[in-house]
Amino acid sequence: MPDHRFTPLRGQRGAASGAIPSGVAEPVQPRRSPRRQRLFTPALLIGILITCGLLVLSLTTGQYEVFSEDGFWMFGITRVPRTIALVLAGASMAMCGLIMQLLTQNRFVEPTTTGTTEWAGLGLILVLWLFPGASMLARMGGAVTMAFIGTIIFFLFLQRVTLKSSLIVPIIGIMLGAVVSSFTTYIALMTDHLQTLGIWFAGSFTGVVEGRYELMWLVLVVTVLVFITADQFTVAGLGRDMATNVGLNYTAVLFMGTAMVAVATGVTATVVGVLPFLGLIVPNVVSLFRGDDLRSNLPWVCLVGIATVTVCDLIGRTIRAPFEIPVGLVLGVVGAVVFVGLLLRQRRRGGLVT
Amino acid sequence: MTAQLDREQRPRPRRTQQSGSAQTPVEGASWAPGAQGPRTRQDRARHAGAITSRRHALRYWSVMVLLGSLSLLFTFGILGYGNPMPFGSSGYWLIAGMRVETLLIIGVVVFCQAMATVAFQTATNNRIITPSIMGFESLYIAIQTGAVFFFGIAGVTMVTGLPQFLMQAAAMVLFATILYSWLLSGKFSNIHIMLLVGVVIGGGLGSLSTFMQRILTPSEFDVLTARLFGSIGNGRAEYLPFAIPIALLAASVLWWRARRLNVVALGRDTSDNLGVNHRREVMIILLLVSVLMAMSTSLVGPMTFLGFLVATLAYQFADTYSHRMLFPMAMLIGYTVLSGAYFIMRHIFYAEGAVTLIIELLGGIVFLTVLMRKGRL
Repeated sequence: MPDHRFTPLRGQRGAASGAIPSGVAEPVQPRRSPRRQRLFTPALLIGILITCGLLVLSLTTGQYEVFSEDGFWMFGITRVPRTIALVLAGASMAMCGLIMQLLTQNRFVEPTTTGTTEWAGLGLILVLWLFPGASMLARMGGAVTMAFIGTIIFFLFLQRVTLKSSLIVPIIGIMLGAVVSSFTTYIALMTDHLQTLGIWFAGSFTGVVEGRYELMWLVLVVTVLVFITADQFTVAGLGRDMATNVGLNYTAVLFMGTAMVAVATGVTATVVGVLPFLGLIVPNVVSLFRGDDLRSNLPWVCLVGIATVTVCDLIGRTIRAPFEIPVGLVLGVVGAVVFVGLLLRQRRRGGLVT
Repeated sequence: MTAQLDREQRPRPRRTQQSGSAQTPVEGASWAPGAQGPRTRQDRARHAGAITSRRHALRYWSVMVLLGSLSLLFTFGILGYGNPMPFGSSGYWLIAGMRVETLLIIGVVVFCQAMATVAFQTATNNRIITPSIMGFESLYIAIQTGAVFFFGIAGVTMVTGLPQFLMQAAAMVLFATILYSWLLSGKFSNIHIMLLVGVVIGGGLGSLSTFMQRILTPSEFDVLTARLFGSIGNGRAEYLPFAIPIALLAASVLWWRARRLNVVALGRDTSDNLGVNHRREVMIILLLVSVLMAMSTSLVGPMTFLGFLVATLAYQFADTYSHRMLFPMAMLIGYTVLSGAYFIMRHIFYAEGAVTLIIELLGGIVFLTVLMRKGRL
């Protein structure tokens, strides 16, 4: 019996049925693919509308009068890139959390609780130290590479060690992240990059202007790929043995997922910075309402991710205008509250026995 | 399920390694009670006390003596090395006296961290995690930042001085009490949920502090950072007169309850069966741990892996379940490591500021190796 089972957060089903995500438990449909109709439910359309409304709000929020004479030019330089970055970062980080949760069969895993972001930071600092004046692309390459290595290390560790409780996984991940970040801090201290590190660790969309955000489009590629391969991750979420039984190349999927997570995390980290808790909260909230079918949940995860980041960014921009609070800090506070709420909700339902 | 797990966690006395004997149990092998393996000649002299054999006693005490002499060496090194005045002159003693403060800070920090970590790992029945991830330090920083944030520079005076110091410690203990009593009671009490909630609250409080710091004026921010971050060489020595007695008090309560700790280490079911109220004991331990952590943080700021390093090495060398033997060992190891690191960094590399970082790196590396060698968590 596996020690850390994938227990769904939904209280309607007890923990005992936890090994089967609901998407698989549904009666098998004849092959006429009713997905399209099921995807575009009225609820999803309302969600899209709300998100678009938030994005418009984001476009019109700011110090510069965009309806003045040269306002349109300014609008194109900062507002549009910033909003695009919001969309891409929100969607991709939320999805990263979802993929990692499926691959590890653990509800509490996401880039910040496995040390992936800290590894990306280490990559950034290494590039800054070894190649001073490196381009954005080179820094990003370093971040992505290290994030990949770090995530693989974490997965290997999870496969080696038997865990008494799924709750230990994020704790270990956070400790691992602390080890990595002490290395990073040490290198930064030696090479006078401490301030860079501090700025970088509080994710913010302030510096996202034309010419600095184009790399974010890479994240879009990853997002599309995730949509294409969604079913494989759902199957991988059943666990290694089960997935291999139904004919999935588990190792390949694991590597693919890790690579996607690493690219998305690395790029977002380089352009925006760390967005804590996003990948943890969004997928969990979505599956609270909708169960665990990855394919029909994906658009929701993206939407809720975008909306969350946009709301937090708007809070950060308006609370102390004309100054900005980095979105990462707002997310850190809001995310912690929601996360604890989720934990306690599950505890009340007794869904976390071992 | 849990019964099996408790069996796994029971501290099993490792036989002392003898050349040619294949009796050393394999790491991670399941170990059923009663199945003590074939008895060999070396087992006959063993008994079930804290010290299992004469060889074990010899090893324990020789390690203690070695550590003691090393720490004495480093102490005199820090006091006397590189002292420009001739030995014995009044100037010499003046300079040495100034260095005593540093030694005191090292001593108190190590004392608190060693005690707190060993007790915490016993209470949580887990030798991987340390109390520093539970958000105590974040809470301390949040209190300091909040005072400045709401009351400006005047707020700094609100968080310095004896009554304020005691208030802060009280606030931390109160926070811990609320958290533990709420999460460790009820039908679904689960120590892992408590840990995770603590970690997340810690992260959130950290974000909140940074958030407030962003809004401060630069001058307020300067005053705050000067208050907030000490290092070994630049610790906030004015707290020493309060920190030492409080730490001693908390530690002596732990020492006095050490035998209960030995039972708590056996896990919840076993200790309940033996007549020790496990939940109550764990709460008391965690409260004392929060007091100790408060003292350590108030002196030098956050340290993540020092406690882990010290506790892990202590388990390795002492090889016993008895807390009255583990505590002194952990303290001595900590003092040796920290004073040694300070001495080397100060007099050889001239980089006192990096002492805590070096310790963190060392502890981090040990943490990783332990993690990879362990079969279960």
